[in-house]
Amino acid sequence: MAHLSVENLCYDIGGRRIIDSISIEFSARRSVVLGPNGAGKSVLLRLCHGLLVPTAGSICWRADANVAVRQAMVFQRPVMLRRSALANLTHALSLAGVGASEARERAITALRSAGLEALAHRSARVLSGGEQQRLALARAWALRPDILFLDEPTANLDPVATREVEAVIDAIHRAGTQVIMTTHNLGQARRMGDDILFIARGRLLERASADHFFRAPKSAEAAAFIEGELPW
Amino acid sequence: MLEYVKRCIVRVWAIDTLRDAGLQALELMIGLDEAMMNIVALSVQVSLSAVVLSCLIALPIGAATAVGRFPGRQAIIVVMNAFMGLPPVVVGLIVYLALSRAGPLGPMGLLFTPTAMVLAQALLVTPIIAALTRQIVADAWEEYREQLQSLGSNGFRSALTLIWDTRFSLLTAVLAGLGRATAEVGAVMIVGGNIDGVTRVMTTAIALETSKGDLALALALGAILILLVVMLNSSAYLISEAARRRYG
Ligand SMILES: Nc1ncnc2c1ncn2[C@@H]1O[C@H](COP(=O)(O)OP(=O)(O)OP(=O)(O)O)[C@@H](O)[C@H]1O
Ligand SMILES: [Mg+2]
Repeated sequence: MAHLSVENLCYDIGGRRIIDSISIEFSARRSVVLGPNGAGKSVLLRLCHGLLVPTAGSICWRADANVAVRQAMVFQRPVMLRRSALANLTHALSLAGVGASEARERAITALRSAGLEALAHRSARVLSGGEQQRLALARAWALRPDILFLDEPTANLDPVATREVEAVIDAIHRAGTQVIMTTHNLGQARRMGDDILFIARGRLLERASADHFFRAPKSAEAAAFIEGELPW
Repeated sequence: MLEYVKRCIVRVWAIDTLRDAGLQALELMIGLDEAMMNIVALSVQVSLSAVVLSCLIALPIGAATAVGRFPGRQAIIVVMNAFMGLPPVVVGLIVYLALSRAGPLGPMGLLFTPTAMVLAQALLVTPIIAALTRQIVADAWEEYREQLQSLGSNGFRSALTLIWDTRFSLLTAVLAGLGRATAEVGAVMIVGGNIDGVTRVMTTAIALETSKGDLALALALGAILILLVVMLNSSAYLISEAARRRYG
């Protein structure tokens, strides 16, 4: 298993501190980042994924064997290319250096696992929101990442689609991928989080197992967040 | 209003020359007059070649300036936008100077050939297609950047992906260039010379025939030119609409 840890991570934009000296070791198999809107969850995931360069602090990857860590990310608003669902997956696999015939095989397997086999040859961008969300997951899964970042993977989905996406995430996790995700759905956090990281105003306020966090949050902010009173 | 239009038509119809010209023009078009069709064919051939040549330059430049971050990028964009409104006669003059006997490309003997006209039109539409390409690809890049970077796509691969993904919008840009090339008269007049059967295209023929007072051919070519431009623009619209419905 790969280990990701961040040390005193800071990120400024336009003179504003968005991430304020966060240190975490992501040791759990499934970590859920919670926090109010604008807390810095998406920025934190982007920093870890390497899309943003931290202003200060460090991000450290450690793999068991001496191999490069494969990572993938599913964005809050997934972007699909103007081609078929299947072609979207093979495009991603080709970028990862997978040969054409293997890419096709892996893509079809991933589509099947996400329940999208019937849509393989449909244009990806005209699929429904939930289908696109699952397609984005399938694309990430096909890459067989060691770590998968998921930014609100079930935002805007109806309860059934939410369960479907959760099932897919579950399958990815059981296949051995470490999952780091954000959500505004507390039920989902309870279901899917081994570890809860609570962030507000760019600071890591609390870290606990899901059980602990929901039963007895240590910080007043986290307690208020769970209660649904948002004082900020 | 309708009364006024009717009176105008009646008055124009009463002028023999105009009436005869109109009828002759109709005759030329219906009979697909050979001399006229040769002019149309050369026009289309020159403008298509010019646009193909221009795409080879404009698409890479447009995509590179949209995606890449390299020194000189800003300068290229400024020049591209400034040259979009270049007056055709001035482009003609520049190409003329370059191709004239004393010019840098003089020894190639291209002046007053269709090739010279292709070069002039290509020079004219390259900034337009490049600037439109940059706009279209930059908008797509804005949307796709994080996703493509996340998948490990480098700048070059990203540019190719974006060109393919915006192919229908790019087609409208290319057709806009084609419309401008076909309708342009100043540049091809200067570098082509409007030589009968060699470098005479629709626009230069219209200009010449009108000044000679031979309105029939001018009218017929004018009608065909309008028809071509309308067809180009409507097909551009229909293609992009169909693509939007099919690919989202
Ligand atoms: N590119 C940017 N330019 C300016 N400000 C930004 C930028 N990206 C993020 N921010 C700011 O950083 C803060 C954190 O943003 P982030 O997207 O991480 O929030 P979040 O915790 O994911 O919120 P949400 O729950 O709404 O998704 C916000 O106040 C946002 O306005
Ligand atoms: Mg967010």
